[in-house]
Amino acid sequence: MTVAVTIESIDKRFLAFQALRNVSLDIQPGELVALLGPSGSGKTTLLRLIAGLEQADAGRVLFGDTDTRDLSLRDRRIGFVFQHYALFKTMTVADNIAFGLRSRPRAERPDSAEIKRRVQALLELVQLPGLERRYPSQLSGGQRQRVALARALAIEPQVLLLDEPFGALDARIRKDLRAWLRDLHSRTGHTTVFVTHDQEEALELADRVAILHEGKLEQVGTPDDVYDHPATPFVCEFLGEANRLPVRIVGSQAFLDDRPVLGGLSQNQSGAAALYVRPHHLKFVDDGPLSIPGVVEELRRTGPLRRAEIAVSGLTKRLALDLTSQVAPAIGERVRVKITHATAFATA
Amino acid sequence: MSDATLPRHDAAAAPAPAAKPQSARSVVGESPIIQAALITVSLAFLLLFLLLPLITVFVEAGARGWSGYREAITEPDAVSAIRLTLLVAAIAVPFNVVVGVAAAWAIAKFEFRGKNLLISLIDLPFSVSPVISGLVYVLLFGAQGYLGPFLRANGIEIIFALPGLVLATIFVTFPFVARELIPHMQAIGSTDEEAALTLGASPWRVFFSITLPNVKWSLFYGVLLCNARAMGEFGAVAVVSGKIRGLTNTMPLHVEILYNEYMSAAAFAVASLLAGLALVTLALKALLEWRYGDAIAASRRH
Amino acid sequence: MAGRAAAPSAWRRPSVLPGLGLSLGITLTALSLVVLIPLAALFIKAASAGPAEIWAIATSPRTLAALRLSFLGALFAACINAAFGLILAWVLVRYDFPGRRLIDAAVDLPFALPTAVAGIALAAIYAPNGWVGALLAPLDIKVAYTPLGVMVALIFIGLPFVVRMVQPVLEEAQGDIEEAAALLGASRLRTIFQVILPPVLPALLTGFVLAFARAVGEYGSVIFIAGNIPMLSEIAPLLIVIKLEQFDYAGAAVIATLMLLLSFALILLVNLIQARARRRLGDV
Repeated sequence: MTVAVTIESIDKRFLAFQALRNVSLDIQPGELVALLGPSGSGKTTLLRLIAGLEQADAGRVLFGDTDTRDLSLRDRRIGFVFQHYALFKTMTVADNIAFGLRSRPRAERPDSAEIKRRVQALLELVQLPGLERRYPSQLSGGQRQRVALARALAIEPQVLLLDEPFGALDARIRKDLRAWLRDLHSRTGHTTVFVTHDQEEALELADRVAILHEGKLEQVGTPDDVYDHPATPFVCEFLGEANRLPVRIVGSQAFLDDRPVLGGLSQNQSGAAALYVRPHHLKFVDDGPLSIPGVVEELRRTGPLRRAEIAVSGLTKRLALDLTSQVAPAIGERVRVKITHATAFATA
Repeated sequence: MSDATLPRHDAAAAPAPAAKPQSARSVVGESPIIQAALITVSLAFLLLFLLLPLITVFVEAGARGWSGYREAITEPDAVSAIRLTLLVAAIAVPFNVVVGVAAAWAIAKFEFRGKNLLISLIDLPFSVSPVISGLVYVLLFGAQGYLGPFLRANGIEIIFALPGLVLATIFVTFPFVARELIPHMQAIGSTDEEAALTLGASPWRVFFSITLPNVKWSLFYGVLLCNARAMGEFGAVAVVSGKIRGLTNTMPLHVEILYNEYMSAAAFAVASLLAGLALVTLALKALLEWRYGDAIAASRRH
Repeated sequence: MAGRAAAPSAWRRPSVLPGLGLSLGITLTALSLVVLIPLAALFIKAASAGPAEIWAIATSPRTLAALRLSFLGALFAACINAAFGLILAWVLVRYDFPGRRLIDAAVDLPFALPTAVAGIALAAIYAPNGWVGALLAPLDIKVAYTPLGVMVALIFIGLPFVVRMVQPVLEEAQGDIEEAAALLGASRLRTIFQVILPPVLPALLTGFVLAFARAVGEYGSVIFIAGNIPMLSEIAPLLIVIKLEQFDYAGAAVIATLMLLLSFALILLVNLIQARARRRLGDV
């Protein structure tokens, strides 16, 4: 089995709303994949299709070599963690986790001592030992999330699916859980797909990120890939801030007005283009070729970095530049900046 | 919110009837056969216990034709029963509106000790048999009641007279208005009123131009239910009325007398007026729930 | 205004809103005059009969038979209503079929239809020559003028309570949790009985108690269909009316007090069970 999950040209429509258009994606065994996109992009629909909670209008989902249309929900062995956890509030934590095991046909069902042992082991795994007799209403948000995860892992899933796993939690717990989930994944090695609208979360956590926009898959790749080499302007802007410079590309060089600002571009892009430059891919230089003259108009603190905004003649918006060094220019100072990395998209 | 679930989640809140949640149902749900069976069982149950009685009222009312029907509802005793019923409701309902609004204001806008007890006491008439609701006034104001001699000495008639009918009706309909208003007012909160006060509005102005418009639909809803019960009440008024024809007979009591005198068609004719009132009440109620469902959703948990 | 004048005291939390004194004053005055003082008169009247007489009234065979019929009949009717009300709520919440909204609105009919009207209509339908009575007559089943008739009327008037209590909770209980159960491998029946219905139970119980409380005291819809045969189909509220017509005020008061105490005890018990469940399950 080389590929864990294969998604083949899926289409899905809800009434008048086209949720997914011709989406294909391969997920490798043991991989941690993020489905990233804004609301309405189709990412949750894709997750629910993999789970079997929705039926595709066209295309198919394969687990290994098996077409999932032939599998019942039970036989798919999906571990699904819902956005709001969907814990059974009339059951204790232990009963929630044991639910999947107790739901198995009698022949495959472990005996009660074995179930108890596994529940204990799972509670240890999610670091909640001793809470087995609590009810969901008596847990914090982060604890509920981990119980939901333990419940999903109890059925020894082929694939673990998480819908906005950190969406309902506050910022600080979110960060902690992110690191913990990454660690858990490297220990258990489950093939995992999670949905998020938070690009930082996707980049930090996932082995590969799949970016969806209006039902279409825009790009799939490692965090470095998609961040540094976005395939579309949407991906570039969605993954982080970027300055957008209208340029002309001639040969391997990009020109802002008549000044060359970037070289080394591939030869076949000639014509009008938009150059996307992230704030940390701009730096101050003393002088030299390809540098852009401008005036510092604003300086702000943004966490560990400092943000300078530079007015450049020929640009309506000021260029944003992240400063790592302590040495900063003064407001009103004339400076030169240089692009260290950029992505160009033709704007024909 | 997760994306692409528009038709699924919005349907619960949206009034559009077409968008019943579907997608989840296709995966987890009962087979069409079981669905059909459950729907059939439900419909049969409703037909037997709800629809049939309603139809009967109108069919039996028409048993003696249109002229018989008109005669039954225009004869003097019937007319005076109708007039008395309207009069009782016209006193009891406004009284309960004033008290209900006051109770809702106190309970929804303030925190004080004993509030839960107060709520339970306001709800109390719901769990008292209508017959007992009438009985308590007979014990208090009747000829042999605690205040009977005093009342007789002063020539005041309560039992077997209009005041008794009104009191018994107020008792049984006491909780209706407060009960609809409290949850709605609690859900809205007090920030609007606080804002108006900081802008210098007088307390009465705050109440009439902020609070009342905010809750007008649940108030109307409460009045509707209160009125239906007030006009249709039987047990409580039966005990205090004395059933003097033309004097202390309300419509439901008139129905009873006619029925017991084997004037079935006439009884059903008067009953059909009350049934018509019930249908109008239900229609208005349904209309309110469809149009202002969100506003009164909180109070729907009877 | 009155509220602002009062200094913040221990019995209430301070608020900038005016009118607590006035609104609470109106409420308490009306509540006392209309509800509390008259009810107190009932208890005083009942107590004034003296222990021996109270015992005699309470244990007379006719009283016991009437109380038994009212309470057991109400219990039976509430059970029927719980079962069918749950099915009805389920169908209304989850299935789509023509006329669903009309039926949803019609469920409230027993709330709106005057009890006397319902009473004569039910009597006409279930009498031996009525639409349903005539169908049952060949099977030797008599509904009108028997305890069975009492139950039919009590089922009618209690019908909306369970449906209306259960409906909103069932609406909340669909979606996530049943999908979660299905993905964990649970069969549909297991999902329904272990996942969907348990959170509905408190609401079902509340609806059951409301239907029961209403049925115990019901008068108007019952007396026409019951036949009112002493010891057989005579309900407790009717016995109160009969005592009253015989000017036996003490007897009426004792039976009324017994009914109230029994009902309140049951309601209190159920509220305690509910409170316990709520503490465990969070906001149910």
